[in-house]
Amino acid sequence: MNGIEKDTQPPLEAERTILHPELAAPPDESPVKNGRRLQHAEGASHPIHPPPEREPQPRGARIRGNHRVDQTEAAERFIASPAHEKMHDERLWDLRGKRDRQMHSIPEWEELRTLASAIKEHTLTHLDQYLEQFEQNARANGVHVHWAKDGEEHNRIVHGVLRDHGAKTLIKSKSMLTEECGFRPYMAAAGIEVIETDLGERIQQLDNEDPSHVVVPAVHKLRGDVAQVFAAHLGTDPMDDDVHHLAEAQRQATRPLILNAQAGMTGCNFAIAETGGITVCTNEGNADLSANVPNLHIASIGIEKVIPRLEHLAVFVRLLSRSALGSPITQYTSHIRGPRAGGEMHMVLVDNGRSARLEQDKFWTSLKCIRCGACMNTCPVYRRSGGLSYGATYSGPIGLIIDPSFNRHKYSALPFSSSLNGSCSNVCPVKINIHEQIAAWRQVMAENHELTLIKKAAMKAAGVLLAHPVLYRAAITSADSALNNLPRFAIYIRLNAWGRHREVPHAPRESFHSWYKRNRSVP
Amino acid sequence: MSSRDEILGAVRANLPKLERPLPQVPMFDAAAPASLLALFKESLQDMGGDFLDASPGEDPLQMIRQRLASTKVVCSATPEVLGNRALSSIRAPRDLADVDIGVVRAAFAVAETGSVCLTQHSLGVNSLGYLPQHLIVLLDPADIVVNLHHAYQRPEFHQGHYAVFHTGPSATADIEGVLIHGAQGVRTLTVVPIVRAANNPTQ
Repeated sequence: MNGIEKDTQPPLEAERTILHPELAAPPDESPVKNGRRLQHAEGASHPIHPPPEREPQPRGARIRGNHRVDQTEAAERFIASPAHEKMHDERLWDLRGKRDRQMHSIPEWEELRTLASAIKEHTLTHLDQYLEQFEQNARANGVHVHWAKDGEEHNRIVHGVLRDHGAKTLIKSKSMLTEECGFRPYMAAAGIEVIETDLGERIQQLDNEDPSHVVVPAVHKLRGDVAQVFAAHLGTDPMDDDVHHLAEAQRQATRPLILNAQAGMTGCNFAIAETGGITVCTNEGNADLSANVPNLHIASIGIEKVIPRLEHLAVFVRLLSRSALGSPITQYTSHIRGPRAGGEMHMVLVDNGRSARLEQDKFWTSLKCIRCGACMNTCPVYRRSGGLSYGATYSGPIGLIIDPSFNRHKYSALPFSSSLNGSCSNVCPVKINIHEQIAAWRQVMAENHELTLIKKAAMKAAGVLLAHPVLYRAAITSADSALNNLPRFAIYIRLNAWGRHREVPHAPRESFHSWYKRNRSVP
Repeated sequence: MSSRDEILGAVRANLPKLERPLPQVPMFDAAAPASLLALFKESLQDMGGDFLDASPGEDPLQMIRQRLASTKVVCSATPEVLGNRALSSIRAPRDLADVDIGVVRAAFAVAETGSVCLTQHSLGVNSLGYLPQHLIVLLDPADIVVNLHHAYQRPEFHQGHYAVFHTGPSATADIEGVLIHGAQGVRTLTVVPIVRAANNPTQ
């Protein structure tokens, strides 16, 4: 197969798995070009439509200070809202399918993943040198470079820069780092108006909700939910849930705010040590508006974002959007090295726990993450529980291994929200062994006495059984026959979180051990 | 101690003691297609962009001028197309907010992704790439590279402070996966193949 030519055939119907056929819709509102329905950016590869009756939006995990977040409880409420749950499941599974089709169109895909992982691991094991090189080159380009140990310091620095310029309004593009830092609440308290310019992130901001996904922040909402949010905040008709109308209403409402903003802020997908520049990827062009319309541009950069040279950037740009959305590249890939003529540019390099994570043998490679969200799209638990059920900045498989490093107790139950099927590790463009790290975090939680009472009792019982082969075999035999004979209420009890929303598989009539004993030939 | 020194100190103290050499990145161009233009065009259209195909005997520049004749505000950063809003009259980036069509020339293009590279030089004012309702991009077919590995070898990333790949128009599908062009930036992006004038070697 030609190394460059893309797959010119539209995806075969057979390749597409529709999880919930009742959501299949006639040709919908998406544009068509040359007889083909476009499916770039976050676009769905086939029309999907929720049932017309509106269903109240399930909300995320209940946060009570430093208490342990109960993901399972929030997931239950999500599952109890079938229209939301099915659309979410279908949408993300479709992104996963799009990702696979992109993967198959690039013969060197696995080589790119191996390269991306190696480049990241090299950079992280030499992070001090590359950070210094990046800083030196950025300064030479006329950029003001700041360093922040944590979110609080980041917010304080940004506020100081804004105050120096007398800036009261800030337009910004999406950045998970600023979510980590609690940036918007801080600025609200400081009297600075922050305006998110990404459509999904703006929806979430207006609805006073966190993003539920690193790439598609409002993916858990249905069009009716958005119509209600916009009716309340933008004055649109609450019954008009035409997606084109909703998007246009946001464009019209946000544009004057962009034109009049006194400062702009972006995140950073990649920081290039060689050039001292940052690369930002968006589909809307809103990072470019934020960086290029106001005279003041501030970029927030996690220290793990640095890579050595432009030649390495090629590997990551080829992988990022294909992994995230199954689109060959984002609509905009922007390279900003310094201020515009007459403008000013600041960069804030933020640690916020990253240098500490570098020390953790089992977990340091989670710093390779490029925030594509592929692990979330493929995860059966994430797809059916919604990102807000995790009650943390990062959700899905990557969240399970990052969040506990921010607060071990509060997020101690999260590593258990996984079936350890390993799909997350298989789709990760930088080859993070996500499912193994999830298992390792479970061990950490057990060692730190962070298990819930139910898990503790179950583990204790399992421990006794697993340590005594005869007991184990007796238990398996009776458990298998119990599974086949027990009434449903006994299996699907509340203590068994995994039995609640799925069928327990049929147990075999005979265990392997007893079959082997019966059939083995005497040597 | 400054936060800078504390962070760098913590990073140094915590670096994993592992050998992780920096790999060589191949160019992945062994099987480049015969026509970069054909691949570029297909990639661009898949990303929602338009490609202006002139029929034999037709002058693409003439086709653009016809389209612009009925347009209220046109701002061009190219010598080939004359707008009615001079870039030199722009005091602030927001002054381009009422532009209907912007016209720029691509520094180069990428066949693999259908991207055009615009720089601060080709844009004149960076917001010209985002505030107009529509963008027309002139591209010399000789300026197409095969893939992103070749693209990042180009000098544009070292020369100015701003270089950007535009791949189709501004887009979003944040609501239920319904694809919409013109999320916050331009609603359409049209690439027009026009050879770069000999006396216009760069932008």
